[in-house]
Amino acid sequence: MLLLLLALHAGAGIGVLATARRVGRWGLVVGGLAPAASMAWVASRGGQVLDGDAVTQRVDWVPQLGLALDVRLDAFAVLMAVLVSGVGVLVFAYAWHYFGSADHVGRAAGLLTLFSGAMLGVVLADNLLLLYVCWELTSVTSYLLIGIDDAEPDARSAALHALLVTAFGGLAMLGGFVLLGQEAGTYRISELLADPPSGSTVAVALVLVLLGAFTKSAQYPFHSWLPGAMVAPAPISAYLHSAAMVKAGVYLIARLAPAFADVGPWRPLVVTVGLTTMIAGGLRALRAFDLKQLLALGTVSQLGFLTVLLGIGRPEATAAGCALLLAHGLFKAALFMAVGIVDHAAHTRDVRDVPILGAGWGPVRAVALLSAASMAAVPPLAGFVAKEEAYGALVQGSSGDRLVLAGIVAGSVLTVAYSLRVAAALVRPDLVAPSPGERPLLRRGPATGIVVPAAVLAAGSVLLGVVPTRWSGLVDGAARALDPGGGAHLELWHGITTPLVLSVVTLAVGGLLFRGRRRVAELQHRLAPKVTGTDGYDVAVRAMLGFAARVTSIAQPGSLPIYAAVVLTTAAVVPGLGLVSGPWWPGWPELVGRPAHLPIAVLLVTGALAATLATRRFAAALLLGVVGYGMALLFVVQGAPDLALTQLVVETLSVVVFLLVLRQLPDRFERRAPAVGQPYRVAVSAAVGVFVVVMAIAAAGARTADPVSREMSEQALPEGDGRNVVNVILVDIRGLDTLGEVSVLVAAGIGIAALARAGQRPRRLPARRGDRPAVEEASR
Amino acid sequence: MRSGRSLILDTTVRLVVDAALVLSVYLLFAGHNRPGGGFVGGLVVAAAVSLRYLAGGLAEVRSMTAVPPWTFLSVGLVLASGTALVTLAAGRGPLDHGAAEWDLPLLGHLKVTTAMAFDSGVYLIVVGLLFMAFEGLGETLRSPGDGEDGDR
Repeated sequence: MLLLLLALHAGAGIGVLATARRVGRWGLVVGGLAPAASMAWVASRGGQVLDGDAVTQRVDWVPQLGLALDVRLDAFAVLMAVLVSGVGVLVFAYAWHYFGSADHVGRAAGLLTLFSGAMLGVVLADNLLLLYVCWELTSVTSYLLIGIDDAEPDARSAALHALLVTAFGGLAMLGGFVLLGQEAGTYRISELLADPPSGSTVAVALVLVLLGAFTKSAQYPFHSWLPGAMVAPAPISAYLHSAAMVKAGVYLIARLAPAFADVGPWRPLVVTVGLTTMIAGGLRALRAFDLKQLLALGTVSQLGFLTVLLGIGRPEATAAGCALLLAHGLFKAALFMAVGIVDHAAHTRDVRDVPILGAGWGPVRAVALLSAASMAAVPPLAGFVAKEEAYGALVQGSSGDRLVLAGIVAGSVLTVAYSLRVAAALVRPDLVAPSPGERPLLRRGPATGIVVPAAVLAAGSVLLGVVPTRWSGLVDGAARALDPGGGAHLELWHGITTPLVLSVVTLAVGGLLFRGRRRVAELQHRLAPKVTGTDGYDVAVRAMLGFAARVTSIAQPGSLPIYAAVVLTTAAVVPGLGLVSGPWWPGWPELVGRPAHLPIAVLLVTGALAATLATRRFAAALLLGVVGYGMALLFVVQGAPDLALTQLVVETLSVVVFLLVLRQLPDRFERRAPAVGQPYRVAVSAAVGVFVVVMAIAAAGARTADPVSREMSEQALPEGDGRNVVNVILVDIRGLDTLGEVSVLVAAGIGIAALARAGQRPRRLPARRGDRPAVEEASR
Repeated sequence: MRSGRSLILDTTVRLVVDAALVLSVYLLFAGHNRPGGGFVGGLVVAAAVSLRYLAGGLAEVRSMTAVPPWTFLSVGLVLASGTALVTLAAGRGPLDHGAAEWDLPLLGHLKVTTAMAFDSGVYLIVVGLLFMAFEGLGETLRSPGDGEDGDR
């Protein structure tokens, strides 16, 4: 059933994509059925799974290699599936109104469906390689979705930025997975976690895997793609870049942490990166003016928080992380939707330009305020319950944990401040930034339909905050699935405890920070680094392109004589050195086997020498032909009629082709200064000649085993039903080789046709320009 | 008729080409037990086609067959890989060929192997590749038969 659900996503997504233009926005309905079905199924099995009874399914793929499609729905996967499919359904509903009848709505719908399936695959995969495949599918769909408006250069470059960074991390992660799988002897995640390997190889593997998780979850210093990705339409940001895809890295960290947190550099790395991200992201969010950028930087900060909680490997912190995962999905997706609604109506989301929202905007404002409050962890909302858990988990720990706690409190203070900034921007924007001109007043509110999905999410934040028992079981089950020693009991009111005091302090200091925002902004302006993550990305990409250009200019100077010299020298020197380092000289073979050899040898040598001395191209080509026919004669004398026949025909063809090409070239060889000087040419030719002769003699005398041809000759008739051994080898014994070779021939044929057309176009177009479009010309 | 065409060449080429085509089919069928085979057979066709090209240019080559070159390629590839699949489906290894023998009236003893089908695929691919090359490059590389100062 699990695989069926994944197949449903793939089928619906591809179907909608294939008919994107015709289905239009109805694609959202068709596509939305897939996450809806997943959500319904997960809900129906939820109780059983939360009791610790995971649903698994396995389909063998290549059993000899141990490759199988392994999927597993445990309680943590249920929690993630709620985010992926539950929020997914709401995003589809929101997109219905947001996109309206925009051009690319069908394509967006299909891609969103595919993304939803890939993300569900990441969550359900119980095999590292399957997880990797789904992981990269989310990267690819994210790339296409960020760049959905492909006429916009900004969108394209942001999409590429996201793809390059996440795919770079993904490749590192694949390396880590392979090391991990080889070390453990299994690629099944559940088996791997049950019996985790250890050692220095595992430590390296984990660093590589973490690199993948960090890039995917936009951790410093790889965060810069996420703010850039905000060029995407709001539904895509709400889904991919807050609720689902960016959680993939955190998901992986959470899965592996209980087993590997104590191995090598895991804990220091995760905690340092997570805390840096949480604080730096929060500071950047305080400086942002674009509301979506602000939310994205807030997401970066919150992902850092999640990385710390889920990666530190303490059972209580893991439970708190599960709670925060869900709470964050609820409030951040709602905020993205709310900002998207404003952007949709006002065509701006810059705090300095956003209009005053009139009376009709009450519901949107309410959604935004509630969600921002949940983000700031104001009681009694879901965010508060989650943060209480987090504080509580780390208060009890060691002194090192308290240090982490201090970092988290600092980050949370910033969270409060930027949450206030978001809230204020939608209620009284002048508080955040004065407008350069008069702010317009937007009286008419948005359509009800577009607010409903966001309102559902905001209501979720309230409900889960007021009645923590409603999700306590889910979080508890998820935490236990990750770490059997864990578990959680969510409460709104724990009594007056250290966490509560910390929460109050956080809120108060955050409020003060927002109050003194002008001074904070000045300070930040002076102290903030001028170099951003995007600059780092730009430098890296430019350096890589420059390096590639340099390597190409050295390796491919475009001179045929240099290529030939390099290839031939390598061919002669490298195997030649290997040859003389062993006992290689078997003595001279019998030089003249039959009398007929002598005249043929004279013919061959004369032809070859004459070819090098010829001054006219035609003559040289014909003399080469003489050499070829001489070879055919030699084959006849040796009793190899098959070989002789082939050689004869091939030689004829090559002479014809030579003649055809030479007609386009000057009659005589040019006497320009050659790229490779005459002495070097002679040296290379001599080296190749000597090498080939020595190699032939050495190879003939080096036989230690019986030739395989003897067995083939014996088997040709009984096994291959043929007396022509060569042919039986070609079509039967080595038939698959031949099949591969003829496939190459077909590819070469297609290549010739393509090249010939490419070569013809510039010559033909001027004469026919205007007659017919170039596309038609190319497809003719 | 364009200038620069030689009557002797034209006539000889026609005779030789037909003979060569017959020879190529013979080589294809004989290949399993005597010198020959699909690859050589295809090459002989190639040589014949190139003779036609030398004598009369691309038009002559095109007039040899109504079938477009890519059809040769695709049919050949389907035949070759299809044989592999058939032998696989028959429970043997891929391209582990089987044979059937009949005694037919008039034709006498006839032995058919799946290797023959595979070899025919190879033959068609070689032929198709050559037609493809002439189709693609034949216009760029003008043949002697086109005349030196034809359309330049």
